[in-house]
Amino acid sequence: MSSDFEALYQQLILDHAADPEGRGDVAGFQPQSHQINPTCGDEVTLGIRMDGDRIAEVRWEGQGCAISQASASLLAGIIGGTSTSDAHAFIDEFRTVMRSRGQLELSGERFGDAVALNGVSRYVARVKCAMLSWVALEQALAQLEQAPSASAPTAPSA
Amino acid sequence: MPTATASLSEAEVAAIRADFPILGEHVNGHPLVYLDSAATAQKPLAVLDAEREFLLHRNAAVHRGAHTLAAEATEEFEDARATVSAFIGADADEVVWTSNATEALNLVAYALSNAATSPRYGTLAIRPGDELVTTEREHHANLIPWQQLAQRTGATLRYLPVDDNGSLRMDALDSVITDRTRILAFAHVSNVTGTVAPVAQLVARAHAVGALVVLDACQAVPHLPFDVRALGVDFAAFSGHKLYGPTGVGVLYGRRDLLAALPPFLTGGSMITTVTMEDAEFLPPPQRFEAGTQRVSQAIGLAAAVRYLQRVGMDRVAVHGRRLGERLASGLAEIPGVRVLGLGERVGLAGFDLAGVHAHDVGQFLDDRGIAVRVGHHCAQPLHRRLGVTASVRASVAMHTTDDEVEQFLAAVADAGRFFGVTGAMA
Repeated sequence: MSSDFEALYQQLILDHAADPEGRGDVAGFQPQSHQINPTCGDEVTLGIRMDGDRIAEVRWEGQGCAISQASASLLAGIIGGTSTSDAHAFIDEFRTVMRSRGQLELSGERFGDAVALNGVSRYVARVKCAMLSWVALEQALAQLEQAPSASAPTAPSA
Repeated sequence: MPTATASLSEAEVAAIRADFPILGEHVNGHPLVYLDSAATAQKPLAVLDAEREFLLHRNAAVHRGAHTLAAEATEEFEDARATVSAFIGADADEVVWTSNATEALNLVAYALSNAATSPRYGTLAIRPGDELVTTEREHHANLIPWQQLAQRTGATLRYLPVDDNGSLRMDALDSVITDRTRILAFAHVSNVTGTVAPVAQLVARAHAVGALVVLDACQAVPHLPFDVRALGVDFAAFSGHKLYGPTGVGVLYGRRDLLAALPPFLTGGSMITTVTMEDAEFLPPPQRFEAGTQRVSQAIGLAAAVRYLQRVGMDRVAVHGRRLGERLASGLAEIPGVRVLGLGERVGLAGFDLAGVHAHDVGQFLDDRGIAVRVGHHCAQPLHRRLGVTASVRASVAMHTTDDEVEQFLAAVADAGRFFGVTGAMA
């Protein structure tokens, strides 16, 4: 097995994919975003529960490869409890590293276990897998910013 | 009969491999094992040489210009059409060059809707109340054009469902294909399962109710001796690049009287006789359907691919592919957690699901060993949904595929199951 492959599929990634964090029913989590990777059909619906201007909890459901599932799981752990501006910073840093073709690494101090995703950036075809839930988070935050009054808890949408 | 034909010998496959230099590539430190010919086939030197030879010595636009190169290019372009049409049992004027199979299928669908507004070519027009029938196991290229045709014309789109194995529900044939059916469009060989449709039965039912048959032959022509008259289909579409030819060229076969009755899809240069500021008269087929500058070197390359296949012998290519396809399916079925998609007669193609492991992860594992397969929904989302999987892994062989490559692939799939911890694969 190549070292790149071992770096891509670290045990921590496989563990998160097998037993992910934040995965569950997104009903009542608002706003939500549904993202799909049209090349493989992978999808994620990610919702956030706001508490004032903080993201109290991230919940998601979906289907996909180990990379996408582990990435969503690690996202839920990182983003739960952050402010929306911090969440934007995390999204930007994550995207920059994923698109770096192996040139950059995630900060261990900021991303914790998610540094296990560093190996993805060497596999251009898999960056979208890792990004799927992060794009969903970004879209959910964009909805929040378009409708500021939506920061109060809202009923699940139809 | 296929049983009377020998598969390709090891020495013959070795000789064929020498004509495909790309097979000498290494991927991730391993010799390339290319099992993705159903996505695009590799090209033998004969194809690359034919294109280069043409471009170096005779390149010119065809069907225009009186200079020597233009005449030579036109002759070679039309020779290519004759070669390819003979290969599929058609006459040369029944073969239309397109960019790919997708364009060929769209050409039929758009010509049929254009017929409704064409004063001269209205006999085949699709109208409200007509029914178009496709199947639940089509590539999107043989589904969406018919969805769109139905939306443009007010016709109704119906489909022949598949069973839990992805086989066409032939018990529904008579209820789905009725005297309202105008078009039956289906794949000869499924690009997901590799299984062969009961073409004769489908064609017989369609013709019994007066419907036209449009065959997606993309995965059939590279694998089976293919004869449009023996099959009795009215239209057939396939791509050149899956037949060891270049990208950018595809083929639409249309029965002579049907092509003659259809208005054009794309209009412009090279497809007209007389043009005024108000209207235009069109050339007869096939040029009526070949507007604009043609893909000349690609057509010539495709003809070279066809001649290569004819030298090897399509009957022997078919036996080789069928034998390896059976080994793929039986070998996969023995691996814990593997569900092989599709039942029955298959070509050298097998799709599968590995329980609890996403197709992308399996594909990445195989790629790490230099094994190239297709992963995803293979442009057939409805079939995957029906089979209860979001994505699958597909291995497809070519005339250059060896038994050893198939065994390497099977061993790697078994190892992938162990690596990703498939239940029952850990022992």
